[in-house]
Amino acid sequence: MTAAVRFDKVSKRFGPLAVLDDVSFDIPKGKAFCLLGRSGTGKSVTLRHIVGLVRPDSGTVFVEDRDINSLGGRELGEVRTHMGFLFQNAALFDSMSVGDNVAFPMRRHTKLSGAEIRERARRKLADVGLEADYDKMPGDLSGGMRKRAGLARAMALDPAILLVDEPSAGLDPMTAKEIDDLLVARKQGGTTLVVVTHNIPSARVIGDDFAVLHEGRMLVHGTLQELDASEEPLVQAFMRSQGGG
Amino acid sequence: MSILSAVDRVGAKTLELLAFVGALSTFGARAGVEAFRPPYEPREIARHLYQFGFRSAPLIITAGAAIGVVLSMHTRASLERFGAEAMIPAGLAIALIRETGPLTAGLLVSGRVGAGIGAEIGAMKVTEQIDALEANAVDSFKYLAVTRIIALMIAMPVLTLMMDFSGIAGGYLAEAAVSGMSWHLYFERAFTYITFSDLIPATLKTVVFGYLIAVAASYLGFTTSRGTEGVGEASTRSVVMGSMLIILSDVVLVKIIFFFYPAVTG
Repeated sequence: MTAAVRFDKVSKRFGPLAVLDDVSFDIPKGKAFCLLGRSGTGKSVTLRHIVGLVRPDSGTVFVEDRDINSLGGRELGEVRTHMGFLFQNAALFDSMSVGDNVAFPMRRHTKLSGAEIRERARRKLADVGLEADYDKMPGDLSGGMRKRAGLARAMALDPAILLVDEPSAGLDPMTAKEIDDLLVARKQGGTTLVVVTHNIPSARVIGDDFAVLHEGRMLVHGTLQELDASEEPLVQAFMRSQGGG
Repeated sequence: MSILSAVDRVGAKTLELLAFVGALSTFGARAGVEAFRPPYEPREIARHLYQFGFRSAPLIITAGAAIGVVLSMHTRASLERFGAEAMIPAGLAIALIRETGPLTAGLLVSGRVGAGIGAEIGAMKVTEQIDALEANAVDSFKYLAVTRIIALMIAMPVLTLMMDFSGIAGGYLAEAAVSGMSWHLYFERAFTYITFSDLIPATLKTVVFGYLIAVAASYLGFTTSRGTEGVGEASTRSVVMGSMLIILSDVVLVKIIFFFYPAVTG
């Protein structure tokens, strides 16, 4: 199966700190890859490499078989339209309403009419339970609602690859489950998911492949069964936390 | 030893300053190039024109009128000594149109708009909104910086004209209160000595002011770090740097105007 995303010996340092150290993995198309690890171990930086917001010091990041770092502005933009990115803090544009945030990628990258874009944005917001909040400003939303609005924006163009940073952080258990179900539905529709999470029960629901990052290195990479069977103390601690394992 | 360390410190600061000037110049030059490349983002430019131009108008008109009143009072006090009260409208109009209007409009806009640009882009930087733009395949430099620079370059001459004319109107009110001069006579005297070479270069130089204010504020916004503290600092530094660049560039621009329009020196 072709890889949607491939890391080949990627290393990245910020000053003296090695955030990623010789990290390699493949994410097959249509699969969900869950990246686990303690805070500050390079998980979000990994996502940023995929979308080309951060460039590796060495190694190569391939997205849909294209070396993301060799692409110029227009080509990189074209690849980015195939990806949706939910940021850890949602990163909604606070000068626009929630609806306009979701409509923004469609306005930029489709030829749909204004009415069609509004209708689609409403549907995307309904998918995350925010159908009544189209005209609200991001500042009027709670943290969890902002997260869901961010997810709706990330899904606006029905991307082939969805990068999700802590999807259930700040959400109540019921909403978190709805988001998990939504992500599973996206995966079943053929979307490749790359999910950074601390929530092991949620990762068990969404993920096909798992990896644990620790101090910039990939400690273990495999299926749920392989991670559950791992003898690495940190992996064991992770997989058995929050009701897992 | 202490002399060496002092030299070290001065050298390091000088290098830091040169690096800053280099980065700012590169940023400004890139904006100049990107302005001519599609997409042109007309909706964003129009939105900023409204924000920078239309919403600055009340401040500019009020300040202009107040300056006109004050200038009129000062001019009267000076010219009365020589029995040249008839020259008050012309003196005031020349002072306003050639220098006071453009410079004051620039400084006011630097305070109102420059601070806003620095804070807004800075806040977007620290809350990852700039990254979100990039992740959505939008050139953040073009979308945030170039659109603001173009909008302010368009807005500045218009705001300057507003300041000039509100200043002259303020001067008239002050003069009418003292001497009862008619509106018609005041304006006839005010514009007797004004030529296009007074009005056009002095007004158009504010296009450069708009460019400098927006480039400095956008650059400081894009390079913001350290969270909300950094945003506040970007906002303050935008005003300081914008004002300083306006004053320094004015010296050069006036010299250039004198070179191309020798009549202005007369």
